[in-house]
Amino acid sequence: MTVSYDNSKAVFEGIKAAGIASISALPETWLGLLLQRAEDDPDIQLIQVAKEEEAVGIAAGAYFAGEPHILLMQNHGMFGALNGIVSLAQLYGIPLCMLIAVRGHWGEPYPWHTRGGIVTEGVLRALSIPFEHARDPEKVGKQIQEAWTFSESSLSPVALLLTRDLMED
Amino acid sequence: MERAQCIAMLYPELEDRLVVTIMGASAQELYDLGHRENFFYLQHAMGLASSIGLGLALHRPEERVVVLDGDGSVLMNLGGLATLARYRPKNLLHIIFDNGSLLSTGGFESHTTQGITDLAAIARGAGIEHVSAVDSPMDFGEAAMEALERDDLSVIVAKVKAVGPDNYGMDLALPENAFRFKRCVQERKARR
Repeated sequence: MTVSYDNSKAVFEGIKAAGIASISALPETWLGLLLQRAEDDPDIQLIQVAKEEEAVGIAAGAYFAGEPHILLMQNHGMFGALNGIVSLAQLYGIPLCMLIAVRGHWGEPYPWHTRGGIVTEGVLRALSIPFEHARDPEKVGKQIQEAWTFSESSLSPVALLLTRDLMED
Repeated sequence: MERAQCIAMLYPELEDRLVVTIMGASAQELYDLGHRENFFYLQHAMGLASSIGLGLALHRPEERVVVLDGDGSVLMNLGGLATLARYRPKNLLHIIFDNGSLLSTGGFESHTTQGITDLAAIARGAGIEHVSAVDSPMDFGEAAMEALERDDLSVIVAKVKAVGPDNYGMDLALPENAFRFKRCVQERKARR
């Protein structure tokens, strides 16, 4: 498999079209081309974290600052960020727009991703985090815009799940 | 040296800065001196106060941001020190009150007790240039004044006794604090 160049571009353009100029992220394979674009774009502030939970704090800071911000991470990274998501974002009513690469699902060849992939939707449901799957490059831009809008109006975390259909060629 | 003493010394300087504190004693001691709209108390999510400070500092470069942190919280987010070092916001002062104790949860000794773990050394090792370690009120005051005037990321590790306030409680619901803090930041932005 290879990461989709064209669809990574579509996701990045969707982020920019949503008016978002600040991204916190922890690199992962599916997000690589996307993050490369973010790094090369002078209009985007990319903050790379050491662990995904930091990104929840940074997103809260950006929210207080009034700067539109999204988080990019893998589903396993979201697991590592859960206390921040619950005890900062949900507890205080802080919007989080999370774009999450969902590894370990249909077609997953790597055993180490599978357990996390199997439980991802259950974890999101248990935490009442609204989510949608992004599968179609034609629609992902609109979905990013909608995820952003919903996180802001509901003052809560929302997750757009970037799937294999979208991220791999 | 007691943390409450340090926070009281710092208090007049915090009037015009965006302040993020951790949970428990640090939050309470600042609140008891008089709440201000530019104070945000992170009453949970241990470790993330410095990350909130980073997000604020990077997105509001015209503001000065002060984070009041603790050893227990910093130990939960050591990677955050490396992220601070990497992005090096010039307008952020990160104060770590090191009481060697998880005071709010029963006073169990933290890894910094008896000098086993040196948070100032960790901050330096993370790549932060301006790090001071202090254990007297005079040294704290001096380090704080220098850091507040310095146009660069600074960390102060202040050794304090493991004591806190007798009573805890705020007349401020957590989301209320978040909404008002955000409004305060936005009003300051609009005034500039």
